[in-house]
Amino acid sequence: MMMHNLISLTVWTPIIAGILVLLVGSGKNGGSSNGCSSTGCSFSECLARYVALIGSIISFIFSAIIFFKFDPAVSGIQFEEYHPWIENLHINYHMGVDGIAMPFLLLNNFITVLVILAGWRVIKYKVALYNSMFLIMTGFMSGVFGALDAILFYVFFEAMLIPMYLIIGVWGSSNRVYAAIKFFLYTLLGSLLMLVALIYLYYASNNSFEIFAYYHTPLKMVAQILIFIAFFFSFAVKVPMWPVHTWLPDAHPEAPTGGSIVLAAITLKIGGYGFLRFILPIVPDASRYLSGVMVTLSLIAIVYIGLVAIVQKDMKKLVAYSSISHMGFVTLGCFLFVGPLLNMWGLEGAIVQMISHGFVAAAMFMCIGVMYDRVHSRNIVDYGGVVTKMPIFAAFFMLFAMANSGLPGTSGFVGEFMVIMGAMQTNFVYAFLAGLALILGAAFSLWMYKRVIFGEITNSHVAEMKDVNGFEFVVLTLLAISVIWMGVYPDIFVAKMQVGVRDLIIQVSNSKLGG
Amino acid sequence: MIQNLMVENPFAHLYLLIILAPLISSIIVGLFGFAIGKRASHSLAILGVFIATICSYIVLYKVQCQNLFYNGSLYTWLTVGHQSFAVGILIDKLTSIMLVVVSSVSLMVHIYTIGYMAGEEGYQRFFSYISLFTFMMFVLVLANNFVQLFFGWEGVGLVSYLLIGFYFKRESAIFANLKAFLVNRIGDLGFLLGISLILAYCGTLNYSEVFNIVPTLANATLPGGFNLITVICILLFIGAMGKSAQFPLHVWLPDSMEGPTPISALIHAATMVTAGIFMVARLSPLYNMSHTALSVIVVLGGINCLFLGILGIIQNDIKRVVAYSTLSQLGYMAVALGCGAYSIAIFHLMTHAFFKGLLFLGAGSVIIAMHHEQDMRKMGGLAKYMPITYVTMLIGSLALAGIPPFAGFFSKDMILESAKLAYQSGLPAGWFAVFTVYASVIVTGIYSFRLIFMTFHGEERFRNSHHDHQEHSHGDHHGVTEVRESPWVVTLPLILMAIPSAIIGWIGFSSFVSNSVLADSVFNIGWYLSHIQDEAVMPVQMVIQSFSELPVYLAFAGILIAWMCHKNPAFTEKFVKAIGPVYTLLERKFYMDDLYINLFAPAGRGIGRFLWNIGDVVIIDGLAVNGSAKVVDLYSKILRKIQSGYVNSYATFMVLGVIILLTFCTRLIFN
Repeated sequence: MMMHNLISLTVWTPIIAGILVLLVGSGKNGGSSNGCSSTGCSFSECLARYVALIGSIISFIFSAIIFFKFDPAVSGIQFEEYHPWIENLHINYHMGVDGIAMPFLLLNNFITVLVILAGWRVIKYKVALYNSMFLIMTGFMSGVFGALDAILFYVFFEAMLIPMYLIIGVWGSSNRVYAAIKFFLYTLLGSLLMLVALIYLYYASNNSFEIFAYYHTPLKMVAQILIFIAFFFSFAVKVPMWPVHTWLPDAHPEAPTGGSIVLAAITLKIGGYGFLRFILPIVPDASRYLSGVMVTLSLIAIVYIGLVAIVQKDMKKLVAYSSISHMGFVTLGCFLFVGPLLNMWGLEGAIVQMISHGFVAAAMFMCIGVMYDRVHSRNIVDYGGVVTKMPIFAAFFMLFAMANSGLPGTSGFVGEFMVIMGAMQTNFVYAFLAGLALILGAAFSLWMYKRVIFGEITNSHVAEMKDVNGFEFVVLTLLAISVIWMGVYPDIFVAKMQVGVRDLIIQVSNSKLGG
Repeated sequence: MIQNLMVENPFAHLYLLIILAPLISSIIVGLFGFAIGKRASHSLAILGVFIATICSYIVLYKVQCQNLFYNGSLYTWLTVGHQSFAVGILIDKLTSIMLVVVSSVSLMVHIYTIGYMAGEEGYQRFFSYISLFTFMMFVLVLANNFVQLFFGWEGVGLVSYLLIGFYFKRESAIFANLKAFLVNRIGDLGFLLGISLILAYCGTLNYSEVFNIVPTLANATLPGGFNLITVICILLFIGAMGKSAQFPLHVWLPDSMEGPTPISALIHAATMVTAGIFMVARLSPLYNMSHTALSVIVVLGGINCLFLGILGIIQNDIKRVVAYSTLSQLGYMAVALGCGAYSIAIFHLMTHAFFKGLLFLGAGSVIIAMHHEQDMRKMGGLAKYMPITYVTMLIGSLALAGIPPFAGFFSKDMILESAKLAYQSGLPAGWFAVFTVYASVIVTGIYSFRLIFMTFHGEERFRNSHHDHQEHSHGDHHGVTEVRESPWVVTLPLILMAIPSAIIGWIGFSSFVSNSVLADSVFNIGWYLSHIQDEAVMPVQMVIQSFSELPVYLAFAGILIAWMCHKNPAFTEKFVKAIGPVYTLLERKFYMDDLYINLFAPAGRGIGRFLWNIGDVVIIDGLAVNGSAKVVDLYSKILRKIQSGYVNSYATFMVLGVIILLTFCTRLIFN
């Protein structure tokens, strides 16, 4: 019985836990007398934290079961659930995962556990609301990855914006309102176009909202290109691709650490996932036709944004730009065609890059958060010589900075390596330009590291820094294990997605024009 | 071709032990070093490397005497479609030689470190790093495929980065390590592109499979008409240029001297910097197919050999002299590679590892005695205080200068010989190779003995030196009054390294010349084989013969020049003044550093700033994003004016609207 509802359990457990957290945590703020001693908050807030942690762990366990039970040899959807929802409009509650969606489900729930832990001691304002927002958002994002019905997908896709909007707007820094509204409008604009495309597809496919029905709907080239553009805007903004990327460097510095982690680790991945789930299989001919444009935009993202990242003065902005540059590999890998065939190296590389970036970007933002909590500055110039005061932290940060610059043996290498291998099979120049990330990535990551961590202690704030506490240590250790594991033995993930990727390549190789 | 034989092998666990012993000790020392203390830390690190060394010698014996060969996989790293990539181990003759070189030098450096780093902060961290380095180097050497090679390649780069910046409070050190990493990354870009071309055309990255496929691609061309194999070879060599510090990517090596001296010996002389040489030798079947690529290697190697060697003459920092001599010797190795005499390059790699490791360790011993003073102008006359250091360094310098019968003589003489043969056989740029390698024999004599004379002979300048201007010193700086020989943990490695520096040429000569020691793994090019193998000279004959040939006299001439300059400083000064502009050029290191630091780096940052400020902030955000917001704002302002709330203005608008509508309707009806 439980096995058949695993996806629903993964989706709804955190949402219910989030509501529960709101209920138990709505007690009065402040008084430390009867609260837990370690954090100095009220009993209800403390309870809220524990409920949130347990909820996130349970949903992580569900997603882990899905990961281990997932049969890599089987083609198509597994853990399928199907219930009629709004029958008049043929909208169904249809869930399931294939090899492409499944790793994201695991990543999403893993990151949430870390986010709850990371905020344990740091967040003191509206604790219950904070934790519940993250739990609810996790549920929605799991829904995005699990949904097989277009409207169900759209609902989760839009609902996800609200908690993130609140997280940035409530717990953000000084300029949070501008950032939150920019984030909201940017992403909303894109998704409205997607709704139009979905409604068109509903009629084109004889009144169906099944995503997989669209895979076999014949479409004229003009229609395909229009649908491509509509989907493109909603997903490209999420990724984000150049030139619709400017919301990200504004959103990250304003968001709290947890918000940045989820934003970078999961929200951006929904954009890449959208390319794989919607654009490529639904409009294969337009994808082929426009692949040159997509590759160009991706390469601009890698090189242009990489250069921009080098000169950033705000660490969070720097990592935000580095995220855009790394996500350029994702979109590049998605649109590498050799003749009519998508390149397998590119596709798998894109997925691996997304998962890896989930770990690495989360770790980078975590590290910056750790320093921010101590010094309350994100500016590189306010630091220097941190290693003397925080040697353990510096070691972790070194690992993640190296992963961010794509060192072999860390996850950061695998995705970039695969995409570059794929790019070379298409065009030497693509591979060369993508390969520049090797130099740029090292430049922006390690130059920042040098100025922040190495050197003499520059000021009294740094001199007072204390090394990582227990919670930070646990979070950083988990991320370090993930980063190294995925660098040393990526096959554990890649083997699970083989069949899904192969199916996608076959799907995209079939033209929809001839009928 | 390497035959893809899977011999039933009882020694597989031995290979694993070689890799894992240093890794495990590095992890334990790195994570728990603070808890187990200094003594346990260095014992554990040394134990790990010691085990690896023993196993390496067993492997050497089995491979060289019993023709052991192994090419197997450990686990599948990645599967893409039908292509799977495994982490594997390749044991052949080349591997066995490299294993012994790496493990021996590493063991010596580990022992030496106890003495050199005693009392330094970060003692355990240092041991963890050098053990990790040894692991990475083993991975690189034992790899049976390109991905693993690249892993080891970047791994040694990482440890090098960490160790150059070991004194992380020193601005010069953390500048040098970032520079080293970035310059290496430029090379690695080439390397990665080379790998991806191989994958794109061969469909595999396993050495033996690639070597089986490449002969069919001999005439394949890339779009643009370039020969595929040539492009691959040059791209891979760009990687080697980074790692093995070949012009113009050599700029990081002199600065890497910021690291503690033991790692200069291990990483920046004996092992890591030779990784590029090893790689080309490993891929000899590939390089033999492209004489164009070989010519490129010869030219770059020649530049390194002569022009960077000359820079060694004017350095005053004892470690920098040795560093520039490393650049020059790497140039020699590259010339040998380019001439197709891969086995000779490996021969020189091996002798160089011992004598150059020795010279660095000796320099370290001097630096300890001088209380971390590195400027040779403040030394002098140390021979009588430090006899062991003096004698061992003298042996190292004789080997470096190529004086028979020390190790360097044999390997260097064979490089001169192969350059001549390559020139006679018509290798393009062969004349350049001959010119540079002969000329730099003099240069080598000058800089290596200038070091000996300045440090160990003459006036005892350290007694009256003023410690007011010290760039590279740390710790206490009261004037050096008493000079003592270093403790046994320092001198023992010196002695143990001096022995091979003296004799390994004798032992290795015949087998490297005939290539029997690297048979079936390194394939010298045809012209080389046909000439030298016939001769089959014995080492003794070789030494006697050498006195009737030019090179030995060139080396002696170099030493003589160094001696004259040492005895007659007034003449030296006059000479320096006479060549004024040339001297400035040398002092500025041919302006290569300026090119990177004052042109490339600021240009990159400048472009980044331009793209950010103009592209992102002004155009995308300013015009597109906030611009559209402003347009909306403007419209709403206009519309808000209309909705003023006054009944009379509403009425006016209503009347106007009705009139317009009526006009419109009437025109519609009546037309």
